[in-house]
Amino acid sequence: MTTVNTRESAGDQTVGAKKTGGFTATAANYIDERTSISGAVKELGRKIFPDHWSFLLGEVALYSFVIILLSGSFLTFFFQASMAEVVYDGSYAPLKGIPMSVAMSSTMDISFDIRGGLLMRQVHHWAALLFVAAIGLHMLRIYFTGAFRKPRELNWVIGFILFILAMAEGFTGYSLPDDLLSGNGLRIIDGLVKGIPVIGTWTSFLLFGGEFPGTDIVGRLYSLHILLLPAIIVALIAMHLLFVVVHKHTQYPAAGHTNQNVVGYPVLPVYAAKAGGFFFIVFGVVMLIASLFTINPIWNYGPYDPSPVSAGTQPDWYIGFADGAMRLIPPGWEVVWLNHTYSLNIVVVLAVVGLFIVTVMVYPFIEAWITGDKREHHVLDRPRNAPTRTAIGAAGVTFYASLWAAASSDIMATHFHLTMEGVIHTLQATTLLGPILAFFIAKRVCLALQKKDREIVLHGYESGRIVRLPGGEFVEVHQPVDEYERWKLVSYSDFKPLMLRPNAQGKIGPAEKVRAGLSRWFFEDRITPVTQTELNRAHGDHPSAITDQEHQSAITDK
Amino acid sequence: MTTIKKTRAHRPSKTGRRHPLASVALIAIGLLFTGGAYAAFSTSTAVATTDASSQQTIAEGEKLFAANCATCHGLSAQGSTEGPSLIGVGAASVDFQVGTGRMPMQMQGPQAQKKPVQFTSEQIAALAAYVASLAPGPAIPAAELLDAAAGDAANGAELFRINCAMCHNVAGAGGALTEGKFAPAIENVSAQHIYEAMITGPQNMPVFNDMNITPEDKRDIITYLKYVEDNPSPGGLALGSLGPVAEGLFIWIFGLGAIVALTVWITAKSN
Repeated sequence: MTTVNTRESAGDQTVGAKKTGGFTATAANYIDERTSISGAVKELGRKIFPDHWSFLLGEVALYSFVIILLSGSFLTFFFQASMAEVVYDGSYAPLKGIPMSVAMSSTMDISFDIRGGLLMRQVHHWAALLFVAAIGLHMLRIYFTGAFRKPRELNWVIGFILFILAMAEGFTGYSLPDDLLSGNGLRIIDGLVKGIPVIGTWTSFLLFGGEFPGTDIVGRLYSLHILLLPAIIVALIAMHLLFVVVHKHTQYPAAGHTNQNVVGYPVLPVYAAKAGGFFFIVFGVVMLIASLFTINPIWNYGPYDPSPVSAGTQPDWYIGFADGAMRLIPPGWEVVWLNHTYSLNIVVVLAVVGLFIVTVMVYPFIEAWITGDKREHHVLDRPRNAPTRTAIGAAGVTFYASLWAAASSDIMATHFHLTMEGVIHTLQATTLLGPILAFFIAKRVCLALQKKDREIVLHGYESGRIVRLPGGEFVEVHQPVDEYERWKLVSYSDFKPLMLRPNAQGKIGPAEKVRAGLSRWFFEDRITPVTQTELNRAHGDHPSAITDQEHQSAITDK
Repeated sequence: MTTIKKTRAHRPSKTGRRHPLASVALIAIGLLFTGGAYAAFSTSTAVATTDASSQQTIAEGEKLFAANCATCHGLSAQGSTEGPSLIGVGAASVDFQVGTGRMPMQMQGPQAQKKPVQFTSEQIAALAAYVASLAPGPAIPAAELLDAAAGDAANGAELFRINCAMCHNVAGAGGALTEGKFAPAIENVSAQHIYEAMITGPQNMPVFNDMNITPEDKRDIITYLKYVEDNPSPGGLALGSLGPVAEGLFIWIFGLGAIVALTVWITAKSN
């Protein structure tokens, strides 16, 4: 410490001061004098990150993306995005002599004839599945803890766009090898596009450069997959992380955690070491999975041919909800009007899925409007302390999960010995009724947990010790909750339904009425946090205040 | 309706181009043709089953049939409300159904399930001989049609993808059908049973006759299925070859599960 002080006091007047630091200091100084990077290091290096496992989920997504970039770059060295026809002559016997596209043939070569190719393909694909899954879990954490509230609404939107882009990346990648599975997937997309009224057929011809499948689509998807989409994703990730730095990280409610501070470790050195190490751990897990488990065995699927479709043809998990939505539509949803067929079975799916996606994306603004809450929030909500939000989330998860499950209806039917129709009808019911049921159950569970918290704060934990007071009364001694725990239990914001107030013209508009109605729906049922007065009163007349000594006397008095 | 029929019957030469007996004649010709083809086929493969068709074996088969099968299929295999007629199903059908344990059926259901085989191979041969003696039908295939080593896996794989994969999945992992029926996984099924399934169309499977898929093509399909069975997936464990559902389930439960466990470990407070 002393050396640092002397250096600071000495300033940079002498050249001889360099000697004290050795090579690292010299190098650092060299860079700093040319880039002024010390300002950034000082700012970022002292950035505080709170420590909680759920705060690492976004990092998992980021690291998976890095793994995808690395393995994907390897694959681009060997993959040829062409649909020209060749006869396969590689090492895999059951496809020898079969005509296929160059795209498929080069993917086969990557899998069988290029050293490390199959491992890289599997790393790329498994990491992609993990990428979207980690984003999904990260998003659930953000939602259920209310981390999307002011000032982070825009970052929620950016993150959600990243989620959509990740799905687009996944789907374009899934379609590149031009095997049977990817061709079947594209055929479904083609059908979806063609089902859009008026513009459908034209759009499909535009996408595929003519009649499906054509010879253009793989090249086009390749440009999107390796150029446009990754570029947008990288830019948005940069913005997403920049916002995290600007907003500072949120933290869970605990003693000492306030809206004005962040409690945790500084980036340098602890957090950087942890996070850097964590990257290698994620990489290791992906590598382990990729080296032990097959993913997308294109050699089984064979080249794309519009006639065969394999049993168990599904999209990757993240597109499953859309596939499932189509499976759940009852048969016969088509109308003929003015000599044109309108495929409601497709239009309804597009509308419902589209509405769901947009609702999730703008949810922070909807909630802010309903609650009228304009404050900044840096301390997270415990899910139970926002019962209506948690209930909406549970409903959304149930809805999504039903659609998602429907994508595997055939696998469920064979593996659980059920009828396909039974599975579909059950999932139709859970898609429509499940969310409603989940809403009420989740809300009641939240309120019950809040009541339990209240009980604990006011009366402490039951200790099981029965004491007889001098007057002859029997009471149970309650163990009071400690200060730290109490902070967590009582410090949450309490909302009341908004009052309907006339605007400047003295009128109450319909929008205000809707808002007031929604606000009532949001906050009608609520458990208010324990106030200091309540706490004092509870402790004043309750045996939880009995200390051990008083206790002893109470017993001896008997 | 009756009036129209009457007018037609009265003036056949004016209203229709065909003679009223033309369709009857056509059916008769067709029947003669197929009957002849069947007869020719059964005689050509009868060489392999000479032993099985001796009168003694047939008599033994009849006894076994009466004791084990007649309850549902009728005493002379004519069928009942509980089971179909077996006249003309051929030895191949019996060998497949009984040889894979599907018959005798454990219980009525969407389809007969595979289970441990209930009879010895001699008994199965006797039953097959008895049913084959009732009327001509597909015979048990000759050994040279079942030699997986002689076939072309690439041709078999392509035929399998086109004809079989929509129900059985590209890797033969099986798949769902309607009303609780399903196409079973074709793993550890003998070449003979695969061949017999193709020519007899058991349960909900269609018949792939020799005009549709030639015996050599059938052998190629067997070659492919045996290739898949004998060569483990080059990518590691195949997760049941079920496709993206198995992969998605795996990454959520084991992949993300492991990652979450590691995040908990990394952020755990030291004691």
